[in-house]
Amino acid sequence: MNGIVFDIKRYAIHDGPGIRTTIFLKGCPLRCHWCHNPESFSQQIQSFDLSYSLGDQKLISKKEVGRSYSVLELLKEIQRDQVFHEESKGGVTFSGGEPLLQVDFLEQVLTLCKSREIHTVVDTSGYASLDDLKRIIPHTDLFLFDLKQMNDAKHQEYTGVSNQMILDNLDYLQKERAKVRIRIPIIPDYNDSKENIEAIIAFLSQYQWKLEINLLPYHRMGKEKYDRFDIAYKMKDIDSAKKDDYQWIVNAFEAEGFIINYE
Amino acid sequence: MLLKRKALLLITNEELRYVECFHIHSFTHSHIHKTTPIMKPRIEQLRKESLQAINSISHERAQLITEFYQSGEAEKVSVPVQRALAFRYLFANKKIYIGEEELIVGERGPAPKACPTYPEICIHSLDDLQILNDRPKVSFKVSPETFDIYEKKIIPFWSGKTNRDRLMNNMTEEWKNAYAAGIFTEFQEQRAPGHTVLGKKMFRKGFLEIKLEIAAALSKLDYYQDAEAYEKQEELKAMNIVCDAIILFAERHAKALEQLAAEEQGEKRKSELLEMARVCRKVPAQAPESIHEALQHYWFIHLGVISELNPWDSFNPGRLDQHLQPFYEKEVLEGKLSEEDMYELLHAFWIKFNNHPAPPKMGVTAKESNTYTDFCLINMGGVKEDGSNAVNDMSYHLLNVIEEMRLLQPSSMVQLSKKNPDRFIKRALHIVKTGFGQPSVFNTDAIIQELLRQGKSIIDARNGGCSGCVETGAFGTENYSLSGYFNLAKILEITLNNGYDEYSQKLVGLQTGQLEDFTSYEQLFSAWQKQVNYFANVKIRGNNIIEKLYANYLPVPFLSVLVDDCISKAKDYNAGGARYNTSYVQGVGLGSLTDMLTSIKYNVFDQQKISLAELKHAMNQDFEGFNELRAQLIYHTPKFGNDDDYADEQAIAIFETFYEAVNGRPTAKGGVFRINMLPTTCHVYFGNVMGASADGRLAEKPLSEGISPFQGADTNGPTAVINSVSKIDHLRTGGTLLNQKFSPEFMSTDEGIEKVKDLVRSYFRMDGHHIQFNVVSAETLRDAQKHPEDYKDLIVRVAGYSDYFNDLGEDLQNEIIERNEHCGACCNV
Repeated sequence: MNGIVFDIKRYAIHDGPGIRTTIFLKGCPLRCHWCHNPESFSQQIQSFDLSYSLGDQKLISKKEVGRSYSVLELLKEIQRDQVFHEESKGGVTFSGGEPLLQVDFLEQVLTLCKSREIHTVVDTSGYASLDDLKRIIPHTDLFLFDLKQMNDAKHQEYTGVSNQMILDNLDYLQKERAKVRIRIPIIPDYNDSKENIEAIIAFLSQYQWKLEINLLPYHRMGKEKYDRFDIAYKMKDIDSAKKDDYQWIVNAFEAEGFIINYE
Repeated sequence: MLLKRKALLLITNEELRYVECFHIHSFTHSHIHKTTPIMKPRIEQLRKESLQAINSISHERAQLITEFYQSGEAEKVSVPVQRALAFRYLFANKKIYIGEEELIVGERGPAPKACPTYPEICIHSLDDLQILNDRPKVSFKVSPETFDIYEKKIIPFWSGKTNRDRLMNNMTEEWKNAYAAGIFTEFQEQRAPGHTVLGKKMFRKGFLEIKLEIAAALSKLDYYQDAEAYEKQEELKAMNIVCDAIILFAERHAKALEQLAAEEQGEKRKSELLEMARVCRKVPAQAPESIHEALQHYWFIHLGVISELNPWDSFNPGRLDQHLQPFYEKEVLEGKLSEEDMYELLHAFWIKFNNHPAPPKMGVTAKESNTYTDFCLINMGGVKEDGSNAVNDMSYHLLNVIEEMRLLQPSSMVQLSKKNPDRFIKRALHIVKTGFGQPSVFNTDAIIQELLRQGKSIIDARNGGCSGCVETGAFGTENYSLSGYFNLAKILEITLNNGYDEYSQKLVGLQTGQLEDFTSYEQLFSAWQKQVNYFANVKIRGNNIIEKLYANYLPVPFLSVLVDDCISKAKDYNAGGARYNTSYVQGVGLGSLTDMLTSIKYNVFDQQKISLAELKHAMNQDFEGFNELRAQLIYHTPKFGNDDDYADEQAIAIFETFYEAVNGRPTAKGGVFRINMLPTTCHVYFGNVMGASADGRLAEKPLSEGISPFQGADTNGPTAVINSVSKIDHLRTGGTLLNQKFSPEFMSTDEGIEKVKDLVRSYFRMDGHHIQFNVVSAETLRDAQKHPEDYKDLIVRVAGYSDYFNDLGEDLQNEIIERNEHCGACCNV
């Protein structure tokens, strides 16, 4: 069985514990306006004209985004950094796109990794059927689970999908006592309102235990990547999240006893 | 890249200077939290004076040595005694310098940064002196008086009689051709062998005790049975003379200090001067018993070694934390010396190193290695001789000193054994992240295995470490000299030209075939192997003569008394008196050559995108008009450093070829030739003598350094680099050098430091020898914007993720540059 991967990042140090190899699976059902990886939207292998410099000269070459890997090929790539994973208590992280979109492939790779005692993390938007989610729970040591916007209308507007299934899935993971870390991107004007943060806190407070929260402050990026794929870029007027502006969010979570990490 | 190799080193606000040095790469003017006592005003003053002192040429030594040789005394005695008497004459007559507020005294020249010359080794012409005086970088001011004395006394006396003259007269045509072509360099041409480090013996002994050992060795000479008894007698006599000379030198300081004390009005300084005089009366004659005595004791020894001749890597106290810990326990832990006063002494000691620039070279070879740094590399950590963890209180105190002093010299490193605590390496990395290039990190467990493989005893191996750049040695017991850099990459160029060298316009190599003769990659590689063996032979033949020249004409009785077993063998250090003798040939350009061979294998033979003749044609045009091809070679060809076996296989084959050509061959002083892989700054010179190459590198551009991938060739991150470079067998070398570039943000948090620590531990688990971190500055990033092809490997932290700098849009790049410019702030947390 093969899966489509658009990037493999080694020495990934922000995608879970230790030094990790992060596998970016291609394809995503969401269309978040702020996405840093528009190349992950389509599940197809794409190509575009990459312009690059050589001295003063600009050159253009066809660049393919996405490569088909067999389960064993991918496992071999992951195991290349086994020593680093062991030394740092790291492992492999599956990200995307939405990794659960390729659930058959994901399940097989995760199973193989677990059989070789490699620590596994799945970084998910949570937007997947419960049946799909259930297939990977036994092979996943930690979920990095995104929460973006609690207001469903806004969620639909900004990401293209409803948040209902996402919240249900998080609830299921909590009930199953799966190990979960919540990731909240802080996008100025999109989800950093008092109302939204309070709603997230209220949702997470329904559980008796306190989850670990990662805040991911939005950082401005150029529209170049969007242009490559002819995707409209909607963030022109949005500035990077500033620490002074989101410090209150950190405080709000801490006041409720959540363990919070941010940059 | 230019910025990396010629980093702008902002030492203080007052002083701005360029430094070309292998381990100082960039310097962001930021400080992490202070854990050390802030340096006292007097130290600040001394440090400032040291930084501001103008490097100059002093004719003092040349004049005294010339006077001695003209006196007629030299002709009356044997060569070793002659050298000892010259040493004594120098120390009996040279100017004594005692700086205001100094605590540790003694200068090699008449004042700080006044650098002597060594006319018996080689002689600077008046033109050379003018160049040294005028050149914009690494300059040395030369006074009219010095010009005058050189013209009237020094040059007329030494012309044609220097060791360099002798050396050149003895080299073959083949040697001279290869040397002129930049195939190899010769270390001993302008500087004496030295390359060694003091063991613990001299921190436990004074020279009076050494004199007793010499007398005992003399009394044991067997004039009836031992044909070498006379030579031994002369060597021991010489050793005895230099012991007296160094004691005399210290006593002259004591006298000067007493005189200053008598004139001193301030009570505090007066008593300080008297205490310093007492110390100088005691050491180095007797064994030191306090930290002050130990530091002053070593400093006299240091001056002795670097004044006797101009040995490579100056000299080095080695495992300083081990040597000082007993004094620390006796003094500081028992409350006899405050920690504050201890730091003051250590700071004063550090400044002394910075006062001593590397003696400048003459002629064109200045290109090979051009720096004020004289490669004293202080070791911390590692294991004790019983094999247990050696990290102690002094290890941390010395790291504090390094962080506080931020001086170019001395350089520093930490030895990291699997037995050392994480706290130690993390503390070191906190200093590394400030971007001043120190300390570098070495694998103790690999060093010990390297030494054991070479036949050292386990005790001597554990007492060892690394010095210079990354060279492995048994401290206090080994002469491990570097003989010269070996341009592995240029040999491919010579091979592609059928033995002809474009640079010197001569046939310098073997005629191993025309381009069209190579119908397979293997044929070409085998031709390269033949050339490597040929040039290794030429080099080794030369070295075996050069070693004899030093043994016969320039013995070093002072260095000999410091290194075991010169006294008991009654044999000079330069003649094989040390317990172990190793001569290294240093391979340069592994990464570049791997990429060149891989490119030919891939583009010419495997993919057949281009013929070898077409590729060579484009190279001959320096790729002018062949940009598309050059882009293919740079961007779309497998490269070393990406954990890609297709490319890495060539690295292994290169390494094995070089190893087989050199390793295990006997040296003239009874030692063994071995290899290591380090460049200092020679990859710049070696690139400079070459045309464009098959990896897309333009003519005259630098080669890769050490075992690092070619600048920008690694695009899979640090774990891939480490996997690639671990495919060669570090344990069969005497040192390898890996330089890893990092954006400061990777180390800005404790978690980041933790992961860099894990990265280092992983590399060392794979037997990696050494790694140093080049924390990139905003300037580097700006250069990366201009020359993206050189920075394909540069990863920066964006937000919640990292990305290749090249892949970012210009606006985002600008923002990251701005952020790194304010790294002072992020490092302050």
